[in-house]
Amino acid sequence: MREEGTGKREAGRGGMRAAGRRRLRVSPGKAGVFVTCLIPLAYVAWKFWRDKLGANPIRELEIETGLWTLRMLAVTLAVTPVRRATGWNWLAKYRRMLGLFTFFYATVHLSMWTGVDWFFAWGDMWGEIVKHKYILIGMLTWVIMVPLALTSTPGAVRRLGKRWTTLHRLVYFAAMTGTVHYLWAVKKDTFFPLVYLAVFATLLGYRVIFARRRSRPAAIARSDAPVAA
Amino acid sequence: MLIKKPNDIPSSEITPEDAYLNRRQFLAAAGVVAAGAVVAGSISALPAFGESGRRQQQEEDKPNTWDEITTYNNYYEFGTDKEDPSANAGKFRTRPWTVKVDGLVKKPADYQFDDVVKPLKLEDRVYRFRCVEAWSMVIPWQGIPLAEMIKRFEPLPSAKYVQFTTIYAPDQMPGQRQRILPWPYVEGLRMDEAMHPLTLMVTGLYGKTLPNQNGAPLRLIVPWKYGFKGIKAITRISFVEKQPANTWQIANPNEYGFYANVNPEVDHPRWTQASERRIGVFRRQKTLMFNGYADQVASLYTGMDLRKNF
Repeated sequence: MREEGTGKREAGRGGMRAAGRRRLRVSPGKAGVFVTCLIPLAYVAWKFWRDKLGANPIRELEIETGLWTLRMLAVTLAVTPVRRATGWNWLAKYRRMLGLFTFFYATVHLSMWTGVDWFFAWGDMWGEIVKHKYILIGMLTWVIMVPLALTSTPGAVRRLGKRWTTLHRLVYFAAMTGTVHYLWAVKKDTFFPLVYLAVFATLLGYRVIFARRRSRPAAIARSDAPVAA
Repeated sequence: MLIKKPNDIPSSEITPEDAYLNRRQFLAAAGVVAAGAVVAGSISALPAFGESGRRQQQEEDKPNTWDEITTYNNYYEFGTDKEDPSANAGKFRTRPWTVKVDGLVKKPADYQFDDVVKPLKLEDRVYRFRCVEAWSMVIPWQGIPLAEMIKRFEPLPSAKYVQFTTIYAPDQMPGQRQRILPWPYVEGLRMDEAMHPLTLMVTGLYGKTLPNQNGAPLRLIVPWKYGFKGIKAITRISFVEKQPANTWQIANPNEYGFYANVNPEVDHPRWTQASERRIGVFRRQKTLMFNGYADQVASLYTGMDLRKNF
């Protein structure tokens, strides 16, 4: 997310090349997506602040941030299919940011568990991870996402080349383990976990079918390289 | 209203400046129930536990607020979310209410609510409530010791267990229109558990009529067991010879057993049982054996493998 990181205008440097200046500017579209992605967090924080999370707000913080992780992931994975279906190729430039926000929400979710729910009781948490499979698979999901987030810089994309695409296919694995984490965490009300599972299975199925079709000689040539806009 | 004075607390334990080191020992010895005294409408503090150093722990066993107790409920007949029962149970009809008593009993009948409740004295009992989901509360119930109620039905010596059944009313209970659990909800106790003085048939909360979302008009509370044993809206009490089924065990026998005694050493596959979150308290706290009522109830299970009989 270099644009956001260094987004300040450097007005004093008149001699800077025009291309360099464009690099540093935050497009209104990206700024808009960035702010939009923070709205769920702000809403949850507001509910916490105003005591609207019910009698067990800590549990609710965990549930809400976990659900927003899955929603953010679904949006991220929907970018490419929607782009292809509609021809809105401009969507592609938001994919990385959405992916990083997925990781952001996953990290907030994990922090709620470690810092708020368990208050850094590492020994107890370790016990939880080994004893409860839904926590283990949740932890695994976050761990899978770490290298994906770390390799989201333009430099890493360039260096990894084709391996980047292969590595980032792990996101579908994370989508599955993340949803199973949700499924195993609930007692009997499995409806919504199964909805998420269906959504991710559909998105994955779309990619698999598309890749097969494309691999046929007559298929339209299309690069699936990461979009580094 | 009868304010029950505990009769099994040595005076040394009631003395504020006693030498008891901490609340846990105190509670283990006396039990919140026996120690607790509630006054109509307003709660008197639990007995003083000592000086300022113990204030935090005393805080932990402070009764939860009316709002907490009445908006955070597991009552799947009214929905699976914690807020669902308070949102959906408002119009549930609790009168007229019939309790069918049958099985191995001398006085089987369809009793009206008043027939089973009115002749007996209501008592106020502050109990810890420990949900299997690893959260807990402290709740000032009002009710009748189940033993008193059962004695009037005159069970036969062959009655070894008691089974309870929730009303089946899908027209009033939206959750029963879905197959979340096999309906109606059933629960059971061994006869000695049912007759134990801590076991309460609850009709009120904070000295008021029990709200619908908490199981009105008649619900069970067995404070040393996980909350799901506390069956709500009871409409049938059967005296049986064989161990009856209970709903959560039918639904998921690997996770829920018949006994469901609070036990920090036996973990549930989903939730750790070693610690719990007291609603309204930030830090987790250790879960006590038999929810802190070990001195009163441990003898019921002498020689039993509690790991197997979870």
